[in-house]
Amino acid sequence: MWRAAVTKNGCRQSREKVMEKQPAATTDEDLNAAFEARIANGETIEPKDWMPERYRTQLIRMMSQHAHSEIVGMLPEGNWITRAPSLRRKMTLLAKVQDEAGHGLYIYCGAETLGIDRAELVDQLLSGRAKYSSIFNYPTLTWADIGVIGWFVDGAAIVNQTVLAKASYGPYARAMIRICKEENFHKKQGYEIIATLARGTPAQKAMAQDAVNRWWWPSLMMLGPSDTDSPNTAELMRWRVKRKTNDELRQRFIDLTVPQAEAVGLTLPDPDLKLNPETNSYDFGPIDWEEFWAVVKGNGPCNRERLQARRDAHENGRWVREAAEAYASKQQRAAQSPAA
Amino acid sequence: MRETRPITSAASRSSGPSNELGPLTPSSPIAPSSPPKLFPFLLGLADDRLVLGHRLSEWCGHGPILEEDIALANIALDLVGQATLLLNLAGKIEGKGRSEDALAYFRDGGEFRNLHIVELPKGDYAYTIVRQFLFDVYSYHVLEQLQKGAHRELAGIAAKGFKEVRYHVRHSSEWVVRMGDGTDESHARAQKALDDLWRFTPEMFRPDAVDIEMQEHGIGPDLTALKPQWDGVVREVMGRSTLVMPADSYMIGGGRNGKHTEFLGHMLAEMQIVARSHPGAEW
Ligand SMILES: [Fe+2]
Ligand SMILES: [Fe+2]
Ligand SMILES: [Fe+2]
Repeated sequence: MWRAAVTKNGCRQSREKVMEKQPAATTDEDLNAAFEARIANGETIEPKDWMPERYRTQLIRMMSQHAHSEIVGMLPEGNWITRAPSLRRKMTLLAKVQDEAGHGLYIYCGAETLGIDRAELVDQLLSGRAKYSSIFNYPTLTWADIGVIGWFVDGAAIVNQTVLAKASYGPYARAMIRICKEENFHKKQGYEIIATLARGTPAQKAMAQDAVNRWWWPSLMMLGPSDTDSPNTAELMRWRVKRKTNDELRQRFIDLTVPQAEAVGLTLPDPDLKLNPETNSYDFGPIDWEEFWAVVKGNGPCNRERLQARRDAHENGRWVREAAEAYASKQQRAAQSPAA
Repeated sequence: MRETRPITSAASRSSGPSNELGPLTPSSPIAPSSPPKLFPFLLGLADDRLVLGHRLSEWCGHGPILEEDIALANIALDLVGQATLLLNLAGKIEGKGRSEDALAYFRDGGEFRNLHIVELPKGDYAYTIVRQFLFDVYSYHVLEQLQKGAHRELAGIAAKGFKEVRYHVRHSSEWVVRMGDGTDESHARAQKALDDLWRFTPEMFRPDAVDIEMQEHGIGPDLTALKPQWDGVVREVMGRSTLVMPADSYMIGGGRNGKHTEFLGHMLAEMQIVARSHPGAEW
């Protein structure tokens, strides 16, 4: 199927919608009060609505980080497309990575409704000013990593995005609803890869366990720093841009994943992991936040390689984009000339 | 000058490529009434699409623009999907219990029957797109004939593939025109790609014993008759691209006999490594 049918500049949502419906005689305080009242009332904010500048910039930051993560996330998984061990797996992996490109495109378009260009956002990524999910700075070393990424990373993304689907900004919430459907599919496929390996040959089972061991802790970190180290959380929660704290999301992911690991006979690499009968949740061992911050600051195993791959693609594609632009403007001129 | 159907025009666009595979049945011997060369014929069709699909998939995550990452992945998916159906059928025809995966992952380069043009490294975007265009137009005409052919199952696979290739031709021809009639740099790159690739195109239209037997049985197309149709479409698009058709030169080829360029071995080493490291494993 033709997944992300897009218009010429990639975005369905028209930039013309980015206009502020701003009643002339009101002060900023009045507007702000009205905005906070709408938020408190559970209303959805749309591109044409007035919004505080800080709400706009926070959303641009979150949405663009999310879009960048989809795009950079294509690299570790794309690393195995050419080595997928069966034709069916090759096609599902190719389709999955293609879905992630579609997600990136869709969220970039959502961010554009806030009055910023995709080109500018891409520039922020390539110059290293913008962040993307820390998880994609880890290497994919065996085929089992493809299964574990679907299971853990798409799984953690679903936990996060299910909540974001109720975010206050309409275009973001709608994007999450649509994207989550595909992420669920990715998670199912990833888990199925791992289940197949786990009941396969001893070498396959060892490959699966090794991948689980390497990806478990980075996947927990992916849900973000602990609430005590997350300064924006309170404001973002009030605006319903975030709906749950990082620690709540992390606990939910762990509680969902532990029984899934047990079902396929794989062990999660945490000796402290055990069900707490009082909370009916799993207690878990300490997370190595030093590692997390090192990766976020650019010192993970693959940060440089990932950014370089994106820069190379951008640089090598420059002449292609210029050609498309030059051709389009020639066509436009031809269409306008009366001789045509 | 003969008339050509405007296969590159928007009017011929299908509803879009489809990645869905029909249900594959296990490879079991079927009635041995098919002509002996049907098996190698199917391998040739399948390998062209598998190898080219693989080459396209190398772009995934590295394309010049996000929309093209998506488009190329789509086309790669279609091609690998077509190859899967063809290899499955080939396994049944052969009757030795080889599945589509056994044929894809456990044959050596000398047993691959694809054309040289599809195995060449992906090059720059101009090279990838010009190669794709030259093959798409060929594939369009081959599948158009195959879907009317005497082998019912093959005709069915071809009919499904034909719908997909209509979109592929449109995509690649539009990009050839954009590059040819874009900037000086894109024009030069597209012309160079065309000049480099041209010597690999005659192999498409030179029938071997397999093609001749298939044509006699009404299963396969008359390749020599397809050549002028291919020429017509290519010439028309090159005209709009302001690109110069190279003169026909000495033919390079041999892929249909398992004689390949140096590039195929490296590609297969990568493609097959996981499957071959775990023989007998299920994935
Ligand atoms: Fe995604
Ligand atoms: Fe996501
Ligand atoms: Fe995903």
